Amino acid sequence: MTESVLNGEPKVVEPTIFELSSPGRCGVSFPDPDVPRAELPASLLRADLPLPELAEVDVVRHYMRLSTFNYSVDSGFYPLGSCTMKYNPKIDEDTCRLPGFLYTHPLQPIETVQGNLALMYTLQEWLKEISGFAAVTLQPAAGAHGELTGVLIMRAYHKSRGDHKRVKMLIPDSAHGTNPASSGMVGLQIVQIPSDARGNVDLKALEAQCDDTVVGMMLTNPNTLGLFDENVEKVIELVHGCGGLMYGDGANLNALLGIVRPGDLGFDVMHFNLHKTFAVPHGGGGPGSGPVGVAAHLADFLPAPIVDILEEGDEGMAPLFGFVTPAQTIGRVKAFHGHFGGGLVRAFTYIAMHGPDGLKDVSRYAVLNANYLLARLRDTYHVPFDRICMHEFVAEGRVEGSDVRALDIAKRLMDYRFHPPTNYFPLIVHEALMIEPTETENKDTLDAFAEALIKIAEEAKTQPELLHSAPHITPFGRMDEVKAARDLVLCCWLPEDDNNP
Amino acid sequence: MTYIPISPQERDAMLETIGVKSLDDLFKDIPQKHRFPKLDLPPALSEMEVAAELSELAEANESTRQLTSFLGAGMYNHYIPSVVDHILRRGEFYTAYTPYQPEISQGTLQAIFEYQSLMCALTGMEVSNASHYDGATATAEAVNLAYAQFRGKRTKVVVSPAVHPQYRAVIRTYTQGMGVEVSGDSAINDPLSVTSLETLIDENTSLVVVQYPDFFGRIYDYTQFIESAHQKGALVCVVVNPTALALFKTPGEMGADVVVGEGQPLGIPMWYGGPSLGIFTTRKQFVHKMAGRLVGETVDNRGQRAYVLTLTAREQHIKRERATSNICSNQGLLALASAVYLSAIGKKGLRQVAELCYHKAHYAAAQLSRIPGVGLCFDEPFFHEFALCLPKSVEEVNTHLLEHGILGGYDLGQDYPALENHMLLAVTEMNSKEEIDALVEVITEVCHD
Repeated sequence: MTESVLNGEPKVVEPTIFELSSPGRCGVSFPDPDVPRAELPASLLRADLPLPELAEVDVVRHYMRLSTFNYSVDSGFYPLGSCTMKYNPKIDEDTCRLPGFLYTHPLQPIETVQGNLALMYTLQEWLKEISGFAAVTLQPAAGAHGELTGVLIMRAYHKSRGDHKRVKMLIPDSAHGTNPASSGMVGLQIVQIPSDARGNVDLKALEAQCDDTVVGMMLTNPNTLGLFDENVEKVIELVHGCGGLMYGDGANLNALLGIVRPGDLGFDVMHFNLHKTFAVPHGGGGPGSGPVGVAAHLADFLPAPIVDILEEGDEGMAPLFGFVTPAQTIGRVKAFHGHFGGGLVRAFTYIAMHGPDGLKDVSRYAVLNANYLLARLRDTYHVPFDRICMHEFVAEGRVEGSDVRALDIAKRLMDYRFHPPTNYFPLIVHEALMIEPTETENKDTLDAFAEALIKIAEEAKTQPELLHSAPHITPFGRMDEVKAARDLVLCCWLPEDDNNP
Repeated sequence: MTYIPISPQERDAMLETIGVKSLDDLFKDIPQKHRFPKLDLPPALSEMEVAAELSELAEANESTRQLTSFLGAGMYNHYIPSVVDHILRRGEFYTAYTPYQPEISQGTLQAIFEYQSLMCALTGMEVSNASHYDGATATAEAVNLAYAQFRGKRTKVVVSPAVHPQYRAVIRTYTQGMGVEVSGDSAINDPLSVTSLETLIDENTSLVVVQYPDFFGRIYDYTQFIESAHQKGALVCVVVNPTALALFKTPGEMGADVVVGEGQPLGIPMWYGGPSLGIFTTRKQFVHKMAGRLVGETVDNRGQRAYVLTLTAREQHIKRERATSNICSNQGLLALASAVYLSAIGKKGLRQVAELCYHKAHYAAAQLSRIPGVGLCFDEPFFHEFALCLPKSVEEVNTHLLEHGILGGYDLGQDYPALENHMLLAVTEMNSKEEIDALVEVITEVCHD
């Protein structure tokens, strides 16, 4: 125990930006006005502006110190299942910051932004080709936002046909939480469909729910067990058979590039996660980018506007790109045109550099790496649905003869300088450890990771306390999460709290 | 170009460990007739070629570096200090995931905690989430918060017509399946008066949405208005421009229940509209109904002050269909950008920016309103944006302006039929006196053709 704990005050490793502030210090400043000063409306002004005051060097050192507390893809292996933490090519960081992209305003006349519109149009076309869908919107901000968009489209489709009794969304028990949450936001009833012994959708249970009240089904395929549903065509047939639509959660598309197109399988609508599949960096939580693809019968319902060719070009002239509004659009899902700079430009760069064969290799090697790790680990950790997996797999974080849990194993991995896998998801596996290596890891890294996990299983039997108290070598130890929720200190400064500086 | 670091020899060794002969053998679960489609995409480019192609596309635009811009309407041309992007380019920040493992994510967590604090300081509110997608979606989530607060029993939302038209559109999209009635912004009502909104607020109203400065740039003290909405039991959401909050009374002070807004002016490039930053703040009493992630302070088992994601039971991965929102990815990196921006320019710098905007916009407005036939649409105080009434169509004026290298204002007639020939102009610290004078000169010319 440190001295400060004995005093009852936690030790401050890095002060907050407010604590570093010193009145009168000055950072980046601005010129004096070159126009006459106008009078400010006194009655409308605020009394004080409680922002920090620091010099630029203070700010840089603060954030540099903070950055060293983070684990990242650039610093090491990050096999966080379902998150596709692949390496983010550096060139993307340059292309998305080209001045022509950075400094264009979203409401400029289309004649002045033909470069942006050409890029968006081309990306729409590429995403259509990759997924087998007839039309694509680039507007949604993230995967869950794409889901909301897709579910609204499904609802609008049924409504347009005068089919008002459809209220049920079928969702497998292995689904991401965003699927039921997105359907819930649209006011639908969620019906959970169990998985069968091989990790596929339980066809009997599905069939029992397929009636004329079904809006559709949301299916992640490969699912969150990392398994491609062996009966996917039958599942789709059942849902279509009762008049429902098939939603594909594209979170796991990294397994399918050039392998199979969801549109060809019969999916009606799907979102892409450009921040997973197409290497847009995750940014410590975002921004993402969640375009949505739809089959021809849903194209009229896409959010407005989408990019199209307004006037065809010819040999001497480029076409004129612009915006169009789909006939029965659900409306706008966000302001302006989607995550253009951070999402679309990076994804465009990535796809252009890979081409059709490169994309197929992405998925083939993502699946190779996952199966290799599975092969190396299946004798040490129980894998409940053990068959050839796709880009990820789920093992149980338990060791025979030890009381350690998945959480302990995850934390101990940090001592071996690895980011832990996703744990406790999917919910249908006890003590789940969901491992997604991605294609951008070499064999040495995978071997080192497998050996660490095997060694940890040994430690779990011989020195379980080493796991219970892990991590040890990280800058911070395990957190008091109960205290955080009970005290709810959400802010270093509160407007009416005199106890805070 | 490939980023796969595996040699053919290593691949073969791995296949052998797995017990299959080839990569293609890993895909037998895929229905054969759809397996391995030939993708009709252009062949792969090298890094050098892709850099050239992207440069060509970027250069096919006329950006606000070539054009003098007076366009705002929800996204603003501001100076971004160099330090912001230097921090954002740290791989430790931009290649990390959502901080699910706090022991190795304190950089992100503390930065978000500070971001939350900065947003509370700006808005005068008590809690901020870790960010939302953009101003429009944050506004729509405020509707969800109010709907949940009244457990769906109040089904009306009153929205001022002076809220950004795209934000109003997004509210309508989000509420399609909720059985919520959105009213207040139809053309039948006086499109521009705040006081006429009051008559629409009733016992069935869960939320009233107003904007500050409003879409026309006007500053209005909503204190009385909020009080009368509260008398009917309704909550009030104020949509803000954060730069304006450097100068003007906070919505917190006025009694607002939720304050949302577009954080793009805080050190984020316009980037043709995104990604930007949705600000979402509220009062502590509504924290359990709020959307998005939340960082709270705690201690670790070594007695160190530390931060974690907290109140996660509101969120989709725990609550599933009963979650307050479906949001998962947010705008983490852009929340960091705004925190670095606010720290680097500080109290003094943000005031300077806001005052420069204010003085320059007022200079522009004064000069423009001297042109015969041209006038300001409103008398109310305004910040850095104002509506100008023209004797000609906005389209015609903008075409002339563009010929002179000037990006004119937003055509208000698109959304407000009563405001045909009205242009919304934004002036920021980026506009010099010469540029403003040039704008005045061209508009003078156009109006006297």
